[in-house]
Order: sequence, then C-alpha cells, then structure tokens
Amino acid sequence: MSTASLNRAFALLLWRDLLLAFRRRTELLNPLLFFVLVTTLFPLGIGADPALLRAVAPGIIWVAALLAAMLSLDSVFRSDFEDGSLEQFLISAQPLSVLVLAKVIAHWLITGLPLLIVAPLLGLLLHMSGASIAALLLTLLLGTPVLSLIGAIGVALTVGLRRGGVILSLLVLPLYIPVLIFAADAVATSGAGLPITAHLSLLAALLVLSVSLSPLATAAALKISLS
Amino acid sequence: MLRFFHQLGSPKHFYRIAGSWIPWLAAACAVLMLYGLYQGMVVAPTDYQQGDSYRIMFIHVPSAWMSLFIYVVMAAAGAIGLIWHMKLAEVIAISSAPIGASFTFLALITGSIWGKPMWGTWWVWDARLTSELILLFLYLGVMALYGAIDDKRTAARATAILAIVGVVNIPIIHYSVEWWNTLHQGPTVTKFGAPSIDIRMLIPLLVMAVAFKLFYVLVVLMRARLEVLERERNARWVRELVEAS
Repeated sequence: MSTASLNRAFALLLWRDLLLAFRRRTELLNPLLFFVLVTTLFPLGIGADPALLRAVAPGIIWVAALLAAMLSLDSVFRSDFEDGSLEQFLISAQPLSVLVLAKVIAHWLITGLPLLIVAPLLGLLLHMSGASIAALLLTLLLGTPVLSLIGAIGVALTVGLRRGGVILSLLVLPLYIPVLIFAADAVATSGAGLPITAHLSLLAALLVLSVSLSPLATAAALKISLS
Repeated sequence: MLRFFHQLGSPKHFYRIAGSWIPWLAAACAVLMLYGLYQGMVVAPTDYQQGDSYRIMFIHVPSAWMSLFIYVVMAAAGAIGLIWHMKLAEVIAISSAPIGASFTFLALITGSIWGKPMWGTWWVWDARLTSELILLFLYLGVMALYGAIDDKRTAARATAILAIVGVVNIPIIHYSVEWWNTLHQGPTVTKFGAPSIDIRMLIPLLVMAVAFKLFYVLVVLMRARLEVLERERNARWVRELVEAS
C-alpha cells in the first residue's frame, strides 16, 4: 500500500462526501437556519438594548454555533452506517483514521464553513463592531473544525444506537467547553480593543491536538460500534 | 505472585478473592472513618475565621480528591481492558463510574453547603466549582453511554474510549475554565485562607482521605462482584454458587 493510493483514497472519499451533500442541498441549509434562528431568539428573550446585545453577542453566537455543529453531527456517519459503506471502510486496506479524517473534513466544509458566511450578518444584527466581527470569523475558522473533530468521536460511539441524539449531546457538549471559552473570550477581548493572539494561538493548539488525536479515537470507536 | 495476579484476572477467582477481602476492607474503612470524623468534628480546633462551619471540609475535600482519582482509575482500567482485552478491567472501569459520579455530586453539594455561610451564596462560578460540575457531566455521559448500548461488552469498550478521551480533556477543560474565570472576575475566596493548615486539622483530613479511598475500593469490589455474576450468569461456577446457597 503506497502513499499515493492513500492520498487517492482520501481525495476520493472527500469528493464523494461533498458530492453527496450537494445532491441534497436543502439539508445543507438546515444547520444554517438553525444557527440564525437560535441567535434571533436571544434579543427576543433578553431585550433589544444595543449595549446589552453587544456585550453578550460573542457568547450567543458561539453557543448557537456550538449547538448547530452538534445537531449536524449525526449526518457524519449515519448514511454510511445505514447502507453499509462504513463496514467497507473498516475492512479496506487503508487506515481507518485517515478515511475518518477525510469524512470529518468533508463534514466541516459542508456544515462548519457556511457558518462563517452568515456569522457577519448575525454580528451586525447584534450590533458588534467591525473588529469583533473579524475576530468572530477567525475564531469560527479555527474553532468549528475542532467541534467537528471532537464531535466525530461522539458520533462514532453512538452511531449504532437508535436514540443516539440526546446521549450524543451529553457526550460531546462538555468536551466543547474549552473551544467556547477561548473563542467567545477572544471576540469579547477584541471588542474591548485588546490583542487576541493568545486566544488564537490556544485555539490553533486545540485544532492541532484534535486533528492529530481525534481521528485515532474516532476510528477506534467506530471499530467498537460496528463489532 | 504472578499466579495470584493471573488468578485475579479470571472472574471466578476474582469473585472468591474479592469476597474474602470485603469484610476486612469494610472494617478498616469503618474504623478509619469513625476515627477521622471524631478527630475532625470534635478534636480539631475551631477555625479563627470560619468558626465550626469549616468542619464540612473533612467530607468535602476528600470527596473532591476522590472525584478526580476515580475518573483516572476508570480511564486507566478502561485502557487496560481495551489493550489487553481483560474482562475484569472493563468490569472495574464500569463499576467505578457511578461511585465517581456520587463523589463528584457529594463534593458539589458539600461545597455548596459550605459556600452559603462563607461566601453568602450557594453557587459561585469559580474555576474549581465549574470544572467539578463539568466532571459530573463527564461521568453522567459515561454512564448514559453504558446504559444505552445493549451488548454489555461493546458498551464497556465504548465507554472506555469515552473515558480516555475525557482524561485527555480534563486538564484542558480545567485550565480553560481557570483562564475564563480569572478574566471574568477577581479572585474569590481561596479555600485555605491561611498559608498552611494546622496539623491538628491536617491529620483528620488525611485520615478521611484514606478512609474514602478504602470506601471506594470496598464499593467497587462489591459492584464488580455483582457485575461479574451478571456477566457470567451462564457459567457453571455461577450456577453451582447459586445452587449451593
């Protein structure tokens, strides 16, 4: 098994997942709609005072992004589990963790990246400053892949369950806390006009850590779930 | 020696050996706990600042220690079960989860009761309190996952993975929460206001810590024995055991 064939399998799987997603475009929109809807609920719930909204905006947007990422997780392995492709990945000659990484990247491109497109709009709705919106985009760019990677472990553990949804949130949300803390605080800090390089470095460190470790854990979890 | 450990790995011998340890453990645990409680509640001096209400520390601090300790034990046992396919390690890992969750809950409750007279509030979003609460969620996740998977061997291995992921994450969560707290609010009341703790307070605290450890070993062995019986219910030795009693 050469590196070339591994690269090819990686690229093929990535392409296949993207293609599958674009054939079902309405499903692509659902997490985005959810993201916008949840954010809209907060001004209705806590009042429309611009100063108040500006103060809580980083937290609101990041919690909404967290929930949107979590809700879209189920689709990472679900259809592959149901039609048996997952078992084919398991017995294929390529290492499962690399295939898992391809699937998670595809999933992030489909559900994580679009959040960055609507986030500036939500920032404007919540009266955020330009600098805060830029910081928000940077943190989303670094943070949402971590959410997909960590979430994949949880999905892999619960993929065989019929009522996996609630348990998935119980497994995954506590692990999302560091991302939420660093990211929301980065946005708040930039709103106060302070540098956020420390926050971004920490988020990048989390990203590197989860890219290197989470595919291994996900692959191990899939092997157990499918045994 | 090696033979002893080998035997301990087989469910049948584990059931017998653990059964013979339990009375001794129970006695040692009871003696230490009564001694520690007496020393802590009666003999230890009153705190010059907190009065008598600090005495809840003798329950609170050991349970907080146990809550982390048991999570690490659970993850280590889970890893041993995954790597060497040792059934007994899986059983220990699974039996530990509810005990650890109980200790975490106890630490939170006693902390809350302690916090009311000291800080004037039942709950502070202090770094330690928050990470303890998150630890409780991690325990509950492990237990929920174990309960959700029907095949108990698969369930044990899946929860082992989750526990290992949790152990990698606990330091990250802890330090992120600490960072979050230091940025959002000034320092709250530190637990031990004085630079060092009085020796007459320290001794009961350590005695209680050992007593809690023994209590954990005792309960985990009892739970593990039941779990072994349930898993091996079709084995001959279990049937003979049931018929004999």
